[in-house]
Order: sequence, then C-alpha cells, then structure tokens
Amino acid sequence: MGDAADQFFVNLLHRAVGTLPAGLRPILSSLISVVAILSVFAFLFAVTTVLERKGLGRIQNRYGPNRVGPLGFLQPIADGIKSLTKEDIVPHSADRVVHFLAPLVLVFAAFSLYAVLPIGRNMVLADLNAGVLFFFAVSSVMELTIFMAGWSSRNKYSLLGAMRAIAQMISYEVPLILSSVTVVMAAGSLSTVDIVEKQAEYTGFFPHWFVFTPWGFAGFLLFLIAATAESNRSPFDLPEGESEIVAGYYTEYSGFKFALFFLGEYLGLFAISGLGITLFLGGWAAPFSFLTWVPSYLWFFAKLILLIALFIWVRGTLPRLRMDQLMNFAWKFMLPMALLNLVTTAVWHFLAQGVVRWVVCILMIVVAYVLLGRSLMHGSRLEKRVYRFAE
Amino acid sequence: MLFSIFAILTVAGAVAAMSFRNLVHSVLALTFAFAGLAAIYLLLGAQFVGLAQILVYVGAVAILIVFAVLLTRDDGTAPRSILSSSWKESAVVVLLVFGVLAWTISRSLVFGQGGGSLPRDVSMQEIGNALMQRFALPLEIVGALLTVAMIGAVTIAVNEKEERR
Amino acid sequence: MTSLAGCLLLSAILFAVGLAGALVRRSAILVLIGIELMLNAANLNFIAFWRYGPNPEALTGMMFVIFSIGVAAAEAAVGLALIIFLYRNKRTTDIDRVNSMRG
Repeated sequence: MGDAADQFFVNLLHRAVGTLPAGLRPILSSLISVVAILSVFAFLFAVTTVLERKGLGRIQNRYGPNRVGPLGFLQPIADGIKSLTKEDIVPHSADRVVHFLAPLVLVFAAFSLYAVLPIGRNMVLADLNAGVLFFFAVSSVMELTIFMAGWSSRNKYSLLGAMRAIAQMISYEVPLILSSVTVVMAAGSLSTVDIVEKQAEYTGFFPHWFVFTPWGFAGFLLFLIAATAESNRSPFDLPEGESEIVAGYYTEYSGFKFALFFLGEYLGLFAISGLGITLFLGGWAAPFSFLTWVPSYLWFFAKLILLIALFIWVRGTLPRLRMDQLMNFAWKFMLPMALLNLVTTAVWHFLAQGVVRWVVCILMIVVAYVLLGRSLMHGSRLEKRVYRFAE
Repeated sequence: MLFSIFAILTVAGAVAAMSFRNLVHSVLALTFAFAGLAAIYLLLGAQFVGLAQILVYVGAVAILIVFAVLLTRDDGTAPRSILSSSWKESAVVVLLVFGVLAWTISRSLVFGQGGGSLPRDVSMQEIGNALMQRFALPLEIVGALLTVAMIGAVTIAVNEKEERR
Repeated sequence: MTSLAGCLLLSAILFAVGLAGALVRRSAILVLIGIELMLNAANLNFIAFWRYGPNPEALTGMMFVIFSIGVAAAEAAVGLALIIFLYRNKRTTDIDRVNSMRG
C-alpha cells in the first residue's frame, strides 16, 4: 500500500505515456514532467505570497490580507489580475531589448533549477551525473539577469541596486558552494539522487541525514544564511529594500514584467531551499524509520514548507544588514567557517565511528565559531535590550 | 545538425560581441557566445567542462567584465570611430591567420576520421580521481596561481586614498 | 566534413573573430574580450581532440580545459584590474591614447 501511494505519480506518468507511440515516449514523458513541475511550483508560489503577507502581518501585530476569499487565500488571484492588466511602462531611454529579456531569462533559469531536484523516490526530471554543479551553474546565470534588469532601466537607483545585488550574490556564492562541497565529499557523488539515497538509511529509529552530524549542522546553517543572501531576502535585501532604494533593480518594471521578476525570485528561493533539503535534510526521506509509509513527495513538500516558513520568520524578525556589514560577514566570517567545515568533514570521515569523532568535530567548529565571532566584534558587546515606549 | 545550430549561434554571438559600439551590449553578446560554446561542450559529452564553462565564464568572467565596463565609463563625449588606428593591417593579419588555420585543417588527415560516439560517459569519480592522482601537481599550481592572481588584482586595483593626504 | 573537422573549423573561426576584435577595436576592454574568445576557441580545440582522438579514456584534453578555464578567469581578473588602474591614471581606455612611452 505504501509503495503504491509513493509511486503514484510515477505510475500515472508511465501509464499515460504508455498509450502513445514508442518513438515519442521519452520526449512526452519529459514534457509531462515539465508541465507538472511548472504548475506545482507556480501554485506553491501563489500560496507562498499569501502566507508570507499573512505571516509577516501577524509578526508585525496586524492582520495580513483577509478580504479576498476565505481568510484571504484567494489574494494571489487578485494580485495576478492586477499585475496582468497594469500598463506596461518602459522608460523612454531604456534599452528595450535587454529590458524585455531580463525577466524572461530570469524565469527560464529559475524554472530549470528544478530539473535536478529529486521530489520523491524516482521522481527527478534529469538524473545528471553532475546535478549539484548544474544547479550552481544555472543559478549563476540569474546574477547576470539582475544586472541586465538594473542596467537597462537607465536609472541611477536601478543600477546601484543591481550592483549591490550582484556584489552580494557573488560574495555569498562562495560559502554556499563550499558548504555544498562538504556534502558532496561525504556522499561521494555530485548527483542529487545519489546524495538523497545516501541519506535514506536508518540506524534504529534515526535517519542518516547529514544535518545530524556536526559538520552537516554547521554546513546547513551556512547554507541557509548564504541562501537567504542569494535570494536577496531580508536581512540581506539591501538591493531591493523598499525603504532604501525605491525598489532597487526593478524600479522601472511594471505590470507583467514585475510579476515575472517576483515569480523568478520566489522560484529561486524554492529551488535553493529544495537543494538545501536534498543536500542536508535527506530529500524525500522520512525522519523516522517507522514513518516511511508516508509517500516520499509529501515529505519533500513538508520540509520545503518548513524552510519557507523559516525564511518568512527570519524576514519578519531580523533588521536589514548594511552593505559593508553584509560583505564583511561573507568574506571574513562565512568563508573561513566554510573552509573549516570542509576540514571538519574530512576529519569526521577519517576518524573511527564513536564518541571521539563527535567530540573532536564539535570542538573544532565551536572553538572556531567563538574565536572568529569574538575577533570580528571589535570589542563591542551585546547588551540586554532596553525598550523605550512613548509616554 | 544540433551542432550546426549551436555553432552558428556561437559565431553570431562572437561577431556581435566584436562589433557593437556599446560595451555592455558587447559583453551580453559575448555571454551568449559562451553559452553556445557550453552547449557544444555538452553535445560533445564533456558534461563537467560544459557546466564549469557556464559557472565560471557566464557567472564570473562576464560579471567581472561588466563591472570593469561600468567602472571605466567614458561619457561618450567625442564620437570617435570604434576602430583603432591600425585596423587595416590588423585585418590583413587576421585573414592570414584564419587562412593558414583553415588550410591546415582541410589538408590534414582529420578530414577523413572522427565522428563516432563516445564509448561510455565520463563519470565524475574518474575526473576526481584524475585530479587527485595524475593531475595533482597542476591542481596545486593552479590553486597557487589563482591565489596570486587574486592578491595581485586587488593590489593593482585598490583605491589608494590613504596616500593622498 | 566530419564532426572533428567541424569542431576545428568552428574553433578556427572563433579564434579569428577573437583576434580581429583584439587587434581592430579601440577599447582596451574589447581587447580583453577578444583574448577571452581566443582562449575559448583553444579550449574547444582541446575538447574536440579529446572526444574524437585516439584515447578519450585518458581524460587529458578535459583536464587541460578545466585548468585552462581556471587560468583564464584569473587572467581576466588581473587584466581588468590593470585596465581599471590605467583608466584611473589616464581617464581613458582608448589604447591609441596610451602612448606616453612611445619613443
């Protein structure tokens, strides 16, 4: 029973494609999978926009949108109609071709990131030998589109926002890739399917997820911080900070193109969360061995929703980082920690199983964290927060 | 056939990159040419190299060139020609070079062979093994070279405001 | 024309285009772009010979290209740093104007 529910969509696909001529089967199978991915993640994007606004509203002690539909959950439809029917204003001196291409390339790149994420058992669109490398290659294309958007608008604020965004993204790409390399080292393969299969085993009750090891936990935290910065989300959203620079690199976009940018950004966020789940949280594997009867894709989406909720929570809670603080953090803190994490992974691999390697690895990471943190604070200390209310 | 399409796109991107007046357009056309080359590498079965080409060239070198273009902007005051002062001699040299290369290719034995499919796909483990065993020394040298280049680039381009007091 | 000859011809065309750009254009940055194109053409040559050559199991061509891509990125960084420095001193990237050392 469990296996039938687990492989439900795979069998559905096989049956649907089996009724068609044999020559077309691979192309049609890929086509149907692509359409499924597009629709599922576009629907997730719609749901996330409402959840984010309601979540942020509740954190800020107000209601989110609650007029359209029950509890406001039909808000994305209203937003979609609005952005589709708004006038598409292009500035007179803007570079029309590049201005038009930027959101298209962004959305195209964001959608192709999902090709290597295993959403369930046997449910990956393209089992590439170098899946993780493909992911990072395509996400580096997204940086260039942000530059295209900012530069083609011929607007000082857009260009400044684009430059900041690119500097931030290339700075945080290094710890992101380094923390993924630790997982690749531990799993011995660049293929996402292999990495998840390595984590789908259990000793007793507990899973072999990489996040439950010291280097995996540190790596996961580094990955999450770098992913927040890569997606230009708070607290790293200086390039598009609403109160700072109008709207950053998409100031001059209106209507449908703005909606495409929004879509592209959220899709990038989901994709990078998906990669974090694949690399550290065990992909589609269940957290305990007695829960494996739940279908694998449900676990993947549950973890994805958990990570999205975490991102929304962080957005509503932490203040924005300044540009120099952001860059210092990336180069002076995260890069050394990521390199040390790499060494810790190697030490973990070569020590024998038992308490010793846990103690050694935890010590390595914690001591480095404390020393680095202290040296970067330049003597200032954190004090208890004092609230001043208006009388 | 797919190869011809990507080849034409790559050459078109390269020619466009060399002939645009606006430098940013030129860089974007160059990026297009790089992407075309990456597609050709993937067609030839070199997966790692194709993806590394996108990651390094499109994701880093193109952005680097774009930053340099924006930092060295001419305000476009004098509408000069885009060609340098010695362009006629250069054109002759280029045609000579291309002639020699094309003649060599057409006269070599290469015209009769090549064109089979790869016996098997190259796995990442093989590349990793090669990098760690047979090519370990080049790997370390390239690492040292990249470090030196990074330090050198920062030293050359750093804005030395502290000296002019 | 076989695939190997096709690849080599494409590589020769790209090399010629890169060389033309490097020699004919006025801006220093375009010279660098031309150099990058030439490096890419050489990489394509290596990959073509790796694939259609006698010994694709040795991975030599592929390894050379991996190192070449890394070195090209470093060279682009240093070259662009030099151009930025030149611009800061001479206020121009026009290579015909940089002639103060002309004898």
